[in-house]
Amino acid sequence: MALYSEVVMDHFMNPRNVGIIENADGVGEVGNAKCGDIMKIYLKIENDIIEDVKFETFGCGSAIASSSMATEMIKGKSIENALSLTNKAVAEALEGLPAHKMHCSVLAEEAIKSALKNYYEKNNIPYDKSQFPDCENCAHCHE
Amino acid sequence: MFVYADNAATTKMSKTAISAMTDYYENIYANPSSLHTAGQQAKEALEDARARVAACLGCEAREIYFTSGGSEADNQAILSAAKLGAMKGKKHIISTAFEHHAVLHTLNKLEKEGYEITLLDVSQGHNVTAGQVAEAIRPDTCLVTCMYANNEIGSVLPVAEIGKVCKEKGVLFHTDAVQAVGHLEIDVKKQNIDMLSLSGHKFHGPKGVGALYVRRGVMLSNLIEGGAQERGKRAGTENIPGIRGLAAALEEACANMEENNKKVVALRDKLIAGLSQIPHSALNGDPVNRLPGNVSFCFEGIEGESLLLMLDALGICASSGSACTSGSLDPSHVLLAIGRVHDVAHGSLRLSVCHYNTEEEIEHILACVPKVVQNLRNMSPVWRDLQTGKREYIL
Repeated sequence: MALYSEVVMDHFMNPRNVGIIENADGVGEVGNAKCGDIMKIYLKIENDIIEDVKFETFGCGSAIASSSMATEMIKGKSIENALSLTNKAVAEALEGLPAHKMHCSVLAEEAIKSALKNYYEKNNIPYDKSQFPDCENCAHCHE
Repeated sequence: MFVYADNAATTKMSKTAISAMTDYYENIYANPSSLHTAGQQAKEALEDARARVAACLGCEAREIYFTSGGSEADNQAILSAAKLGAMKGKKHIISTAFEHHAVLHTLNKLEKEGYEITLLDVSQGHNVTAGQVAEAIRPDTCLVTCMYANNEIGSVLPVAEIGKVCKEKGVLFHTDAVQAVGHLEIDVKKQNIDMLSLSGHKFHGPKGVGALYVRRGVMLSNLIEGGAQERGKRAGTENIPGIRGLAAALEEACANMEENNKKVVALRDKLIAGLSQIPHSALNGDPVNRLPGNVSFCFEGIEGESLLLMLDALGICASSGSACTSGSLDPSHVLLAIGRVHDVAHGSLRLSVCHYNTEEEIEHILACVPKVVQNLRNMSPVWRDLQTGKREYIL
């Protein structure tokens, strides 16, 4: 049996939405190079709809696949929809991740939330802080 | 194209080794402890293998103990020396910071039991010197255990010089020579080695079998109690096919060492020269005193597991010291010990080649690795930050 599912390998070998968006409406970066995972998400938002999304990831195969899948899952969706995306949903869409790689899907969820938070802050839109996890250290993803 | 470049992890068995084993599964399968003729035939085969392994190392047959592999040999050597030391009130052990876990974890265990462990720094030249060992030796030092060659970065240690220092100071010297045996010329007597661990599957022999050389006069303690096999020092029915395969593989490797190394060093140097062209990369390990088949690099801005997966898709088997390949948060202790910071250590690649590899395979690797590194850098936010000056290059 291979380490990763076919879906993970597809999204890793042919990642969707790689790149950056100039003058993005929201940018979020989580993780750090010390831990070996960094995800950066760029959002283009119009009328509460995510018109475009791009990502850059430094990390393992499952981190790249999780970024790719998560961006696909929020593209064209409402902000509300994107905010409700869970790491579990990302992992399920990838047809599962090995237990020690689940943190990669957590990182994807948090990168999107971080980008949305940045959008709220840029536009002075009030938001519920409890919706956004503290991503200051890696430990909570690696429990 | 399929390219196996992970020979430091394990090797393909040689045809000689395989054919040396089959007879002992099919025909001479009796227990060497049995009294009957068939058993005594197996016993003869065992002792013949022991003599042949001893000849390859420059020691006596009775100084060779067969084990299940390198890890067991390391454990037994270190724990035995520690016990001998404790009997004399000496509980200080010297080793290096880049040993294999079979050594380091055994030392951790001893530390918890009250031993004092000194791990020598390996950041200068990615190696240690005999001078460092000499300086670290104290009146209560009972053992120096330094690997012969490093499995991840290929540095070959000055074993003969360390052996000389240990002999002069009257301290036992063990070397984990798992990566060196069958690849480098070893003479345990000339090099003043008291104990040496080796493993069959690192020189085209079978897995699950290794050996420990112990100089006559050094008291070995058992890890496994039971029957009187291996002069009473390692219980359990001997793995005769494995031992026959190990001996045949070792003899073959030693007989062809010069010829093989000439080829392997040329392949290695071609890889090193080619990969050095990749910007913001660095060779890990001692560039001069280096295992013939080891190539180890760090590439800034990328992570090793994704590099391995992409190379795997291109048919290349390699390995990495990144955290993601180890299942922990930290990258390889070896890369950290030589002074690579976490960010860079995550982007490591080890290619280990042998005489079965071809020029064409090396060219395939050299065609693939730069492309894959660039591909991963193109999607890396770290690389973008480095390129835009938001982050400073380390390599």
